[in-house]
Amino acid sequence: MSYERDFTVRPEPYQKQQEGRAHRRGTIDRNFRRLGFLLTLATLGILGILLLNLAMNGLARIDWQFMSSFPSRRAGEAGILSAWVGTLLLMLVTASAAIPFGVAAGIYLEEYASKNRWTDFVEINIANLAGVPSILYGLMALGLFVYQFRFGQSLLAGGLALGCLVLPIVIVATRESLRTIPSSIREAAFALGATKWQAVWHHLLPYSTGGIATGVILAMSRAIGESAPLITIGALTFIAFLPPAPLISHAPFVSGEWLFSPFTALPIQMFNWVSRPGEEFQSNAAAAGLILMVITLSMNAAAILLRRRAQRNITW
Amino acid sequence: MSLPPVPQPSAGSETTTSDAPAAIKVQIQGLNFFYGNHQVLRSISMDVPALQVTALIGPSGCGKTTLLRCMNRMHDLYPGNRYEGAIRVQPDGTDIIAPEVDPIQVRMRFGMVFQKPNPFPKSIFDNIAYGPRIHGLAKDSIELDEIVERSLERAGLWNEVKDRLEQPGTSLSGGQQQRLCIARAIAVGPDVILMDEPCSALDPIATAKVEELISELREQYSIVIVTHSMQQAARVSDRTAYFHLGKLIEVGETKQIFTNPIHRLTEDYITGRFG
Repeated sequence: MSYERDFTVRPEPYQKQQEGRAHRRGTIDRNFRRLGFLLTLATLGILGILLLNLAMNGLARIDWQFMSSFPSRRAGEAGILSAWVGTLLLMLVTASAAIPFGVAAGIYLEEYASKNRWTDFVEINIANLAGVPSILYGLMALGLFVYQFRFGQSLLAGGLALGCLVLPIVIVATRESLRTIPSSIREAAFALGATKWQAVWHHLLPYSTGGIATGVILAMSRAIGESAPLITIGALTFIAFLPPAPLISHAPFVSGEWLFSPFTALPIQMFNWVSRPGEEFQSNAAAAGLILMVITLSMNAAAILLRRRAQRNITW
Repeated sequence: MSLPPVPQPSAGSETTTSDAPAAIKVQIQGLNFFYGNHQVLRSISMDVPALQVTALIGPSGCGKTTLLRCMNRMHDLYPGNRYEGAIRVQPDGTDIIAPEVDPIQVRMRFGMVFQKPNPFPKSIFDNIAYGPRIHGLAKDSIELDEIVERSLERAGLWNEVKDRLEQPGTSLSGGQQQRLCIARAIAVGPDVILMDEPCSALDPIATAKVEELISELREQYSIVIVTHSMQQAARVSDRTAYFHLGKLIEVGETKQIFTNPIHRLTEDYITGRFG
């Protein structure tokens, strides 16, 4: 037997077998590619049809009158003033509750807490919280904020309910963002004599703001479309007034009175119109839906842009 | 792994110090170190002379980096670590691993340079100014500017970066980044600089520059350097300590260690029989 056997030429039957297999593999590959493309197209198509449908029914309805009018029994005179103001103020409460609590909890869990059974337990439950149906947050808020703390069916109770709902998103975003910072950066700060607090405030938080901000925007875009928790705590569907202004003309110039005002929000207003008979109310609903959709999509776009910029600006 | 029973800490139990002319900067006395229940350093006793370069060499896992990180209390950052014995820093003789000693004070006296250059994603200026700022070392911005310039000059980087102090530290080349990290450590005003394989991520030219810098820095600082490269230890250090499985096997003049090692393990390691 010669040692000089040429291994590049395989015996005939083996080669044929291999060719057959390669061919089959190629076919499966191509077919899956086609299927995947079609399914992706279908998904995008559904989104497109939805948007188109909303636009066809609602676009004509969106004008200054629609934005600046209160709801009305006459569809043509109705508008979303109280709804968008409500949504705006609701988001203000939600953000002011979810950001400090979520970021602080994320920093604590990632940087301070020692890894033991207790923190494992907390961690698992934060993941669980993200999966709790939103209506349960509504029930919790109804019992706790509305009745126990006597906040009433107010912007404060609604905003806090939504804040609880999105809290896990902010916590997870904060932790993931902190985790991308290499431990060598932490050690560099500590080796210069920084305290933990200084390492967090001077380094870890600034380097992770991009990721945290992205998470916060995604959390807000989740909260802005929620209706179930708000309906559960008893947000009104017909509100023909605005909450008291947060800025007032006399000292101390800011007022918290608006926090305790009853409110409505865009998804609730939309829900109200959808459940009414009559073609005209349906186009009002479509118009409100279109506005909500545009807000959500642009928030998501902002989150993506922010994430890209954060990734580009920081290299380790 | 069979190791002899751990001797009780007793000063100088394994020191093979030949009579060094230099003053002593750091005295390590019967140092034991544990990660949880795992003992990593076994009764280490050695002296680090002032204004000299001491190289710590040995195979992976021998404890040389662990020892280095004891000297600025880096192990305090992670749970379950425990020190026994003493590390006394002269002239005051403070035991820097005593629990009542503030690790932050220790870290101001022992600067550290890491294996991989790790500048903050901030400007070159802010990288250097960070330490002095948090310790309030500068009265005003003029003094801060001076500290930054002096530190960069000592690290041999001033001429390369003086026109772009506002650019991010991460925009520099690897070798420049490592010298930036050296300047950052100097800016806090330490007596001792601890270097953990500072050239392992650098190319030969950048390595040569850093080694040159180490030779210059020894006029003002006591330097302890961990290195995997025996050539580097031979080139830059005055004294060399050889570690094996968490024990100090031999420490002495670098020339003596490399030409006439006393211990068999040291000889096998430096002649490349293992490692």
